[in-house]
Amino acid sequence: MASNESFYDVFRQQGISRRSFNKFCSITAASLGLGPAFAPRIAHAMETKRRTPVIWLNGLECTCCSESFIRSSHPLVSDMVLSMLSLDYSEVLMAAAGHQAEAALQETLRDNYGEYILAVEGNPPLNEDGMFCIVGGRPFLEQLQEMAAGAKAVIAWGSCASNGCVQAAKPNPTQATPIHKVIRDKPIIKIPGCPPIAEVMTGVVTYMLTFGEIPPLDRLGRPKMFYGQRIHDKCYRRPHFDAGQFAEAWDDENSRKGYCLYKMGCRGPTTYNACSTVRWNDGVSFPIQSGHGCIGCSEENFWDNGPFYERLAKINTPFFVESDADRIGLGAVAVVGTAIAAHTAASALQRARSNSNAAKSE
Amino acid sequence: MATTSETKKAPSGFFAKVIHHSTEVESPASKIYVYEAPVRFWHWMNALCIVALVVTGYLIGKPLPSIGGEASDHFLFGNIRLIHFAAGQLLIVLLVYRIVWAFFGNEHSHQLFLPPFWSRKWWGEVWHEVRWYSFLEKTPKKYIGHNPLAQLAMFTVFLLPLLNLVATGGALYAEGEGIDSYWYMAFGWVFSVYGDSFNVHTVHRLSMWVIVCFTMIHTYLAIREDIMSRQSLVSTMISGWRYFKDDKE
Repeated sequence: MASNESFYDVFRQQGISRRSFNKFCSITAASLGLGPAFAPRIAHAMETKRRTPVIWLNGLECTCCSESFIRSSHPLVSDMVLSMLSLDYSEVLMAAAGHQAEAALQETLRDNYGEYILAVEGNPPLNEDGMFCIVGGRPFLEQLQEMAAGAKAVIAWGSCASNGCVQAAKPNPTQATPIHKVIRDKPIIKIPGCPPIAEVMTGVVTYMLTFGEIPPLDRLGRPKMFYGQRIHDKCYRRPHFDAGQFAEAWDDENSRKGYCLYKMGCRGPTTYNACSTVRWNDGVSFPIQSGHGCIGCSEENFWDNGPFYERLAKINTPFFVESDADRIGLGAVAVVGTAIAAHTAASALQRARSNSNAAKSE
Repeated sequence: MATTSETKKAPSGFFAKVIHHSTEVESPASKIYVYEAPVRFWHWMNALCIVALVVTGYLIGKPLPSIGGEASDHFLFGNIRLIHFAAGQLLIVLLVYRIVWAFFGNEHSHQLFLPPFWSRKWWGEVWHEVRWYSFLEKTPKKYIGHNPLAQLAMFTVFLLPLLNLVATGGALYAEGEGIDSYWYMAFGWVFSVYGDSFNVHTVHRLSMWVIVCFTMIHTYLAIREDIMSRQSLVSTMISGWRYFKDDKE
C-alpha cells in the first residue's frame, strides 16, 4: 500500500466532492469541540499531509473494538476513515491473509520505522511464555514488542489494552496484562471501554492526524475531551438523582418513569466516558437511556468491582466470603457495641465489689 | 483536698516541645488547665461535623426510599449531598486550624499528632492501661493529658482514618468539580493510591465505619473514666480544667 498520497487525494479518487469534504471537516471540528475556526485547519491538514500508516494488532480480545470502530458516523462512514488512514495491517479488515499479511507488517516496519501509529486491540498474556495467544506462529507479546519499537505513538483500544478487561479479572489465569505494562518507552493513549464509542475512536485518530500530536490526556492516559467527565455528570436522569427519585426494582413504577438507576448499582457516578453525551449508534441511545444501569466498562477492574446491580462493591474478607463495606461496618459496630455492654457490666460489678470491700474495711 | 493550686499553663513558644510524651502526674495539683479554648472549640465542632457527615454519608450510599412527583419540585438528595459537602469542607478547615494550633498551643495540643512510638517507657504505660481496662490493675495512673493508650488510639483509629477520609472525600468531591479544578489538583493523587473512583468510594465508606466505631468507644470510655478513674474527663473537654479526685500519688 502506498502511503504518500494526501488524504484529500484519496477522497477525490473515491468520488467524494469538495462540498462533502468541507462538510466532513466542519462536522469533525464540531465533534472534537474545536469550533468553526478549526474546520479550515482540518481541511488544510487533510490536503497537505501524507496519510499516516497505521498498524492495528489484535491480541487477547473479542473484536468488539473493531466492530464499534467500523460503525463510526462522525467522521462519516467507515470506508472514509479507512482512507484517512493508511491501514497497512489489520487482521479483521485487511484482504491479505497468511504470509502476505505478515509481509505487509514487515514492510511497514521497514519503510515507516518511527512514523506509524500502532493501534492495539486486546492485550498480551504473559503466563506460559505468552502461549495463550499465538499470532503468525509466535506469541502475541513478541509481535507487540517488535511493532511497538518502531511506532511513533501507541493507541490502546478498549478496556483489554487499557486495563486488562475480563481476561485480566480475578484470578486471571493467563496473566493477561494491559499494554502499558509491557510497552514503557512510547506515548500510549488509552481509549478504554468495552467497546469504546465509535466516534470517540475516530475522533482521537482525527485529532492526531490534524494536529500531529497526541490529544491532552488525563492522569490515567485517557484523552480529556472524551474521558474528562463521568457519565453521571451529563446523564439526562441526573435531575431524578438530585431530587431523590430512584428506581427500586427493575419492574417497578419508578423504573418505568425513568427514575435514576443509582440504587440499582448504576456505575455512572464512577465511570469516565462520553456515553451520556456522544451516545451510541449515531447518537441513538446509551445503556442508561435504554433502562439498564451503567456497568462501568471503561473503568479499571470493573469486572472485579461487582456485582453490577449493587451500589457497594463486594469485598472478600477472611471471615465473610462475600461482604460489602456496610456489612463489614455494621458487623464491626455490633461487635464494638457488644464489647461496650460487656465491659460496662464488668466495670459496674467491679465497682460494686470494691465499694462493698471499702465499706467492710471501714 | 489539701492543696488547691490553680496552675494555668501559658502556651509554650513556637515549636517548643513539639515532641511530647504523655506526662504521668508526679504530685498533681487537684485542678489543672489542660485543654485550651481552641482545642475545645475544635473538639465539639469536629464532633458536630462528624455526626452530620456520618448521617448524610450513610444516606448517600444507601439512599432513602424514592419520592414521587416531578423532579423539578424536589432537591432532597441534592440537599443531603450539600450538607455532606459543606460539613466536609468545614471539617477540613477546622482540621487545618487544629494543626496550626498544635504549633502555638500548650504541650497537650500536639499530643494527638505525635505519639512517642520510639519510647519503651511509653509502650510500658500503654500496656499498663490495657491491663487497667482488662480489670487486671487495681488503680489507674493519673495523666494530665491523654493516657498513653488513649493517645495511641487517637492517632491510629481516629487521626489516620480521619486524614484518609479527608483525602478520599476530597478526591471524590474533586470528581464532581472536574479534572481541571483546584480540588483535583489538590486531591487527584488519591486515585494513584487507591486506583479507580469505585475503589476510592469503598475505602471512604470503610473509613467512615472506623470513625463510627471509634466514636462509640471514645464516648463510652470518656464516661467510664469520669466515673471509675481518678480524674475528670467529660467536663474537662467543656471547661478545659482537669480535676483530680484524690491527692494520693
